[in-house]
Amino acid sequence: MMTLALDKPRSPRRPAARRNNWELASWVFMRVSGVALLVLVLGHLLIMNILDGGVHRINWGFVAGRWSSPFWQFWDLAMLWLAEIHGGNGLRTIINDYARKDATRFWLKVVLYVSMVLILALGTFVIFTFDPNFDA
Amino acid sequence: MSAEAAEVSRPSRRGTLYRGDPGMWSWVAHRITGVLTFFFLFAHVLDTALVRVSPQAYNEIIETYKTPLVNLMEVGLVGAVLYHALNGVRVMLVDFWAKGPRYQRQMLWGILVVWLLVMLPGAYFMLVRTVTEMFGGS
Repeated sequence: MMTLALDKPRSPRRPAARRNNWELASWVFMRVSGVALLVLVLGHLLIMNILDGGVHRINWGFVAGRWSSPFWQFWDLAMLWLAEIHGGNGLRTIINDYARKDATRFWLKVVLYVSMVLILALGTFVIFTFDPNFDA
Repeated sequence: MSAEAAEVSRPSRRGTLYRGDPGMWSWVAHRITGVLTFFFLFAHVLDTALVRVSPQAYNEIIETYKTPLVNLMEVGLVGAVLYHALNGVRVMLVDFWAKGPRYQRQMLWGILVVWLLVMLPGAYFMLVRTVTEMFGGS
């Protein structure tokens, strides 16, 4: 239980609530990853949705063709990690802003972190183990 | 406290009041477009993971992306991501450019114009095939 007490005059200041620069690092990360995602995501959207017939030409063979190139594998891997952590960190901020009860905040973040781990693990697994010569 | 007294004691906030400013709405839109994109990413990684199951499974799910309704949602997604990206650049200019805060409003109108200029041809190329198939006959 929290005890309420008044400090004596001139008593040492309470320790700063923030003992490390975690929030600063997260703020910097949002900007650095944002710049990278500018190229990665806008390029991805342009290629997939706008150029050359857009989504209508996408099928398994199209994906196989792209992921036979290490360049696009690396592009998609970088995009996956940066976007998921960028978005997850944004959602963490939103949960911190709007969840009123500690328990709500805690469980929403548990759901968020579990979903992030799931998506990162699954996405990474798929990019690395994809076989373009799948015999159907 | 009477309303008059409240009026008198209120400090002048001209030039610093954020609430109701276009700057606030740009922030609201930034959050909404960000959350939407996050949920789309969740679904998108799951659907793309089907390439690992079988070509048939992947082709089946990607066919649903080619239906008129989903095609329209695609335009919405691209619009949301593009706004988020452009406004993100504006946020960074406000953060790191000495004159950024002074021009935040002009930059907002600027990115909205850029958004429109990109989305007009973008939406055209995303929708042209669907619209032709629905109304164009051949």
